[in-house]
Formats: sequence, structure tokens, C-alpha cells
Amino acid sequence: MNLSVQTAPATDGETRVDLATTPLRELNGALHKLAADTNQTLWTIANPAGRHAIAAGLDAPITVEIDGPVGYYCAGMNKKARVIVHGNAGVGVAENMMSGLIHVKGDASQAAGATAHGGLLIIDGNASARCGISMKGIDIVVKGSIGHMSAFMAQAGTLTVLGDAGEALGDSLYEAKLFVRGSVASLGADCIEKEMREEHKALLASKLEAAGLLGEVDIAEFRRYGSARTLYHFHVDNVSSY
Amino acid sequence: MTDHSNTPRTAPQTLPRASATFDDYTLSEIRRAAATGIYDIRGGGAKRRVPHFDDLLFLGASMSRYPLEGYREKCSTEVLLGTRFAKKPIQLKIPITIAGMSFGSLSANAKEALGRGASAMGTSTTTGDGGMTNEERGHSTQLVYQYLPSRYGMNPDDLKRADAIEVVVGQGAKPGGGGMLLGQKITERVAGMRTLPVGIDQRSACRHPDWTGPDDLEIKIEELREITDWEKPIYVKVGAARPYYDTALAVKSGADVVVVDGMQGGTAATQEIFIEHVGIPTLAAVRQAVKALQDLGMHRKVQLIVSGGIRNGADVAKALALGADAVAIGTAALVALGDNDPHYAAEYAALGTRPGAYDDWHEGRDPAGITTQDPELMKRLDPIAAGRRLANYLAVLTLECQTIARACGKSHVHNLEPEDLVALTIEAAAMANVPLAGTDWIPGRNGGF
Ligand SMILES: Cc1cc2nc3c(=O)[nH]c(=O)nc-3n(C[C@H](O)[C@H](O)[C@H](O)COP(=O)(O)O)c2cc1C
Repeated sequence: MNLSVQTAPATDGETRVDLATTPLRELNGALHKLAADTNQTLWTIANPAGRHAIAAGLDAPITVEIDGPVGYYCAGMNKKARVIVHGNAGVGVAENMMSGLIHVKGDASQAAGATAHGGLLIIDGNASARCGISMKGIDIVVKGSIGHMSAFMAQAGTLTVLGDAGEALGDSLYEAKLFVRGSVASLGADCIEKEMREEHKALLASKLEAAGLLGEVDIAEFRRYGSARTLYHFHVDNVSSY
Repeated sequence: MTDHSNTPRTAPQTLPRASATFDDYTLSEIRRAAATGIYDIRGGGAKRRVPHFDDLLFLGASMSRYPLEGYREKCSTEVLLGTRFAKKPIQLKIPITIAGMSFGSLSANAKEALGRGASAMGTSTTTGDGGMTNEERGHSTQLVYQYLPSRYGMNPDDLKRADAIEVVVGQGAKPGGGGMLLGQKITERVAGMRTLPVGIDQRSACRHPDWTGPDDLEIKIEELREITDWEKPIYVKVGAARPYYDTALAVKSGADVVVVDGMQGGTAATQEIFIEHVGIPTLAAVRQAVKALQDLGMHRKVQLIVSGGIRNGADVAKALALGADAVAIGTAALVALGDNDPHYAAEYAALGTRPGAYDDWHEGRDPAGITTQDPELMKRLDPIAAGRRLANYLAVLTLECQTIARACGKSHVHNLEPEDLVALTIEAAAMANVPLAGTDWIPGRNGGF
């Protein structure tokens, strides 16, 4: 491969890329060429320095460890890959993810997990505004708190928050399920608190388990929020919400 | 003789007089609003008359301009889109493309017919708010994949199998508005593709969820290019509102192609008030967009596609003469397939309308089987025959455009220029920046863009 990277002995399967010396295009191009059965299954990226679109568009069962902060759209549209960010993430981390795992060890900016269809996004710190906006099936677990307008128009999937939620949580929500342990500053239009039944507790437990948190937090402390479904049909009585 | 002079007579009366302000349509809308409490939603574009390409004329050849021989001398029509950054630009044989119209708003058969007709003529079709279907990909040799605020059905596999990507910022029918698809059309298949419950009234977002403004868009475009390895042309589509600035900002954001859609442009379903009162006419938008490209030294380097009310080869030629590289058609393509056809007059009457006026496309009861998801109605549209009609229509648009170009002495339709045009009205002269016919007067010539 024509990469200005130090390729470690093939036996340990690790490929190291230094973004201080390797153009991002070369890195992403190399990642996109990987076959499903590649033996280059572990990639470590040094000096990301907040660059945008790092590891975007992956489609192979590999692990990418990024050693530092990333800019916008890190691991955007991910399929199959595990991407670990040892730092903070900019806008739209894991946007439109289809499958795989993205784990941000720091905080995430706006629109984390936006429109994503599948996979798991774990954020160890806080996530800013519009976390999970328009989500379509992803599971998001935020260990800290989330900002305003999170889960706006969220269609499917789960958003689990160990901390607090900002203003207008779940505005114009469709069928996504929201679990918040802390306080909710306010609920958006058509978002209501819902009863936490056994099936919901089991669902929450499975998401916490996937995030490695089972047993570390008390499921009984969470409240569930979902759509009141009153805006599903245009009606004169809902005019103030349109 | 009888003397009638003193016979009492009824005093002369004035004729009943309707108000120009409160005309019949307006009154019917007030009654409708009063009865329902909700705004009127419909399909199609602005129906009122606005300055348009009809207000321009070509001068043709004369003593100082030599025409080309019709049928004998070559007048080329091919267009290359995406030459700025894309490794694989799109090559169209004709300067007319099919605009983005969603599966959901249109039936699967209609989408297939659009693909067949466009492919037969060597041009592209475009997906829409609702994702890409296999039928559509299969029948379109060149397919542009729309990247919309809702991101319904958006996935990297479809992104990679598209031939170009169109980031939709707005639509001429509703600059600043999101999409709508009402419950009747949210069938299981449509709902599945959009990850929505079946039968709901769907409103899609008006703003992209993960970027706002041109600085963010630049980063978003970089992401799309990275994901597709810089192969695909990236278009940015805007509704005609501030086309000078919007075009400049699209170029700044890294677009390969800018699509500007005027207020006459069709929509599948939008509030009537939005369609008629927001945005500017196509004619007014083209020249501003071209000026922005010229001021940046990017005219012909970033290509311009213009849409909104294109009906015939003269409209195509006029858009090109003002500086566009290609046009896109929506409504006219649907009519070519069979939309609003007099053949279904009785059925339109049963829906309270008539051929040519039917615009309740959101209700999904289209007798022609085009703007519907009803399997029975859809069957009425034979995608092969309808595709053939679209190909014929595209061929006519192209021939007409060539006829005009040859008459103006041009060996490529892109050689048409504003110098070939004059305007019939002062408004059109000012908007298009061409002289009023018979004068050398261009109103507002020195007024900036
Ligand atoms: C039925 C229908 C559906 C449409 N759906 C979309 C869409 O999903 N995305 C989009 O950008 N524009 C959409 N449009 C607008 C067209 O892409 C295009 O801008 C417009 O039709 C051009 O104007 P014309 O209809 O006068 O040719 C739609 C238009 C129609 C008629």
C-alpha cells in the first residue's frame, strides 16, 4: 500500500497512521479499500488534530483507534467498524451510522448520531445540542448530559442518558425511545413521559449492557419518554404545534 | 294610442359585479379554511402568472449573424457536469435532466418510466425525499442521489451506487419549507423506506440536521467526497430566493454543480400559500446565479442547472442563453407520462376537478397512476409506454432548442448568449438583463447584480 505509514509486522495486524504526515485522503482511501476478510483489523491513528471526516464511510469489520480529538463527522455513515475516539468529537460524530460501534471517550459536539440507522454510539462525556436528531434506529448511550433539542424528530432507536437532558427533549418525536436518569429541562412538542414497564426495563438493560454499564447504574432511576403521537395526523386542534 | 310615459318601471340596475380582490377562487379558499381550520395543501408549482421565459424572444440571424442549416449542420447538445472536483463527471447527451421527485410522492411505475425515458435519451434522473429504489437505480443509466434534510432512506451503499449527489438546501416551490407526505401515501413500502409508522401525515425537516450555513456545508461536502473517494459530482440545489448569494456560497462550499429552482417549480405537496408567495420566478433567478458564477470566475467551471416551469425547447434555449448549462424538468415530465390527461376527464370530475387543474397529488388518488401509491391506480401507468412518451418529449425539447440555436448561428446550444435575446416587457428586461425589444434599454443595467 502506498501509504506514508509505518506498517507494523503483519502478524500483529496493526496499522499505524500518523495524520501529521499522512494526508487524510490517503488514510480514508486505504480504509475504504479493505475487504471484509482483511487481516489489517486494527488501525491506530495518531495526531488527528480535529480533522474532519476521519474514518468516514467505513465498511469493514475493523477497529480504528483515534488518539486525540476529531472534527466534524468522524466515522460518518459507518458500517461494521468499531471506531474509538480517545478525545472529544466535533459535530455529527457517527452521523447516519448503519452498524458497528463508535465510542467517544471525551465529549461530543452537536448532532451526535444524527439520522443514524443502526449500531451503537457511546459517549463517555456530555453531548451537546441535537444529540440523536432524526435518529432512525441507532442506540445512543451518553454517560454525561445532553443539550437542547435532542432526539428532535427521532424516528427509531434508543437514546439513553445517565445525566440530564436540555430544553425541548424529543420535540416532534416519532417512535424512538428515550431513557433519562437525571432531570429534563423541558419536553418538546408531542413528547411525554411514559410508563416504564418491564419490557422497557429489559430494553434499557440491554442497551446499558451493550455499553458495559450493566450493574453500574440502577435501572429504577431512569424515566422513559416517548411520542404522544398526537401530531401524527394534521388536525385543527394541533395547530399551535405546527 | 296608449301613453306609457307615466307607467312605473323598475329602476335600471347595475350588473352583478364580483370583486377583483375577492375573486371566486379567493372566496372558495376562505370558505374552505373556515370549514376545516387547516391550510390548503396541494401539488404543482405557482399557478399565478409571473414574468417568465415567454417574456423573452430570440432575435435569430440577420445581416451580421449567419444561421446554421437545419438538419445538416451540427448543433451539439452534450453537457459535462461535475468537472470541478469529481473524478467521474456526468456526461449528458442533452441539456435537459429529470428533477428530483421522491418515490412516495410518485408511484414505483412512474419512477421507472422516468428512468426509462431519460436513459433512452442519454440523460439523468434524480431520486427524492424518500431514498433510492432498486427499480429506479436499475432503469436509470445515470442517477443523481438527493441528500435531503430528512435523510429518509439515506445510506452509504446508495450513496456509492449513485452517479452524483445532490445536496438539497431548498426547492423553488417552498424555499425554507420541508417536505410533506400525507397518510394516504405512506404505504408499508414507503413507510419502511422512511422508517416511519404506516399511514401518518409525514412532515420532513426543513433544515439539515447536522449542518447549518455555508461553512458547515463545506465540511459536509468534504465528508461526502471522502466517503465516495472524490468520484462523484456534488450538486447543491437551492430554491430561488437570493440566487446571487446562494450560488456564490454554494461555490464557496465546494459544489461542482449548482441547481437553482424557481417559484414555478413543482412540489408533491406544500401549502398553497407557500407555493404562491415565497421565492422568486425562475427568470429572475437565472441571471443572478450566472452573475455570481461570472463574478467568481467560475462560469462553466461550476455548472448551473435551472428548473421551474420549463415546458418547451424555447424555455430550454432561453435558460441556456442566459448562461445555464442545463435545465431540469419535473411537472412537464409528469405530464409527458400522462399526468392530468383528458383521457381521465370523468374521473377528474369525480374528484371535483378537471384535466389540467388536478393538483391534489398528496391525496394519492391520481387517476393516471402517477402521484399515487394505490396499487390499482398505479397499474394504469405502463412504465414502458410512459417511458417512451417521456423520451419522445425530451427529443422534441432538444430538437426545438437546436432549431433556435441554429437560427442564431450556434454550433453548440451552449453558445447561445444573452446577446441573442430581447424582452417583451420591462419587467422581463430588468430581470433577465436583456434589452426591451426594439430598444437598447436594459432597465437597471447599472444596478449591481
Ligand atoms: C411530484 C413532485 C415531487 C418532488 N419531489 C422533490 C423532492 O423530493 N426533492 C426535491 O428537491 N424536489 C422535489 N420536487 C421539485 C423538483 O425537483 C423540481 O425542482 C421542480 O419540479 C422543477 O420545476 P417544474 O416542475 O416546473 O419542472 C418535486 C416536484 C414534483 C412535481
